[in-house]
Amino acid sequence: MLSKKQLFTKGMLDISPHMLSVIPFGIICGAIGVELGFNPYLVYAMSIIIFGGASQIVFLQVISGGASSLVAVASVGIINSRHLLYGAVLSEYLEKLSFIKKLLISYFVVDQGFAESNKFFKKNKLEQHLHYHLIGTGCTMWVCWQIATLSGIILGSFVPEELGLKFTIPLTFIAIVVQDLKKIDHLIVMITCGLSSLLFFDAPFKSYIIISPVIALFVASLILRLKK
Amino acid sequence: MTWLSIIVAGILTYFTRMTMIALVDRDMLKDKIKAVLEYVPSAVFPAIIFPAIFINDYGAFIEMNDPKIFGAIVAIIVGYFSKNIIATILSGLISYWFLIFIVFS
Repeated sequence: MLSKKQLFTKGMLDISPHMLSVIPFGIICGAIGVELGFNPYLVYAMSIIIFGGASQIVFLQVISGGASSLVAVASVGIINSRHLLYGAVLSEYLEKLSFIKKLLISYFVVDQGFAESNKFFKKNKLEQHLHYHLIGTGCTMWVCWQIATLSGIILGSFVPEELGLKFTIPLTFIAIVVQDLKKIDHLIVMITCGLSSLLFFDAPFKSYIIISPVIALFVASLILRLKK
Repeated sequence: MTWLSIIVAGILTYFTRMTMIALVDRDMLKDKIKAVLEYVPSAVFPAIIFPAIFINDYGAFIEMNDPKIFGAIVAIIVGYFSKNIIATILSGLISYWFLIFIVFS
């Protein structure tokens, strides 16, 4: 049995390699906001209030593009709707927590944190204080995101754009799924999702980000049916 | 007005995170659904990976000789065998840099 502190530390360690992409992305995110002419306080407040990388950039781009704030809010909601899927997966491991703790821990559910904690949970189902791992991944992500966006806001895009550091985003997610490529069922699901995302890329409100997972999960359910 | 919409967007985002964890009783989910949920990482992350590689900043498809494709392939191979996140990211990034700064410059 690991202690709460050990689990928290494990969570921090498990997510820290992803900071290679999170920190440059946060800096870019903060710098874009200021470049688009938004109030720096407003740009930073988003990192606390929304706390979701891609959706923060889209929000600012939509508003500065002259669309209504309703469109901006809807885009954020749709982009972040993937968290519903993360929550559905994590709920198995968090069901024993009190309602208040569930409310608090929910704020820290992010892509990479979900991915790493879910991997850990699957291997360590019997641990008693599993949720401390999720708090560890979530808090690490939160602190780094705040520092990175804040430095982007204050210092501007001091990371030269020519370096193409945005490319670390797909790389970080490749690192997450790459070990599942050897499972043919997972491979089919991934390709389905990827191709759907390209096909529906122009769907309104960035909805490809939730349409393609839904299609991929439907394919997954067909695969499960065939397996029987 | 922008402030108000950020707060609304934040509340909405929080609800996407909280709903399934705090409001939905896991027992309500059937075993079939639980089995499908095993595929969530594989069903979600390619929707972030593919557009980030194959679609450029202006929303157009990239050429098939784009350095990002090469970088991604290197990252997949290195990641698969090393099982190491840092090695995956750095190998992809460095091979991408190699192409844009040395080969194509």
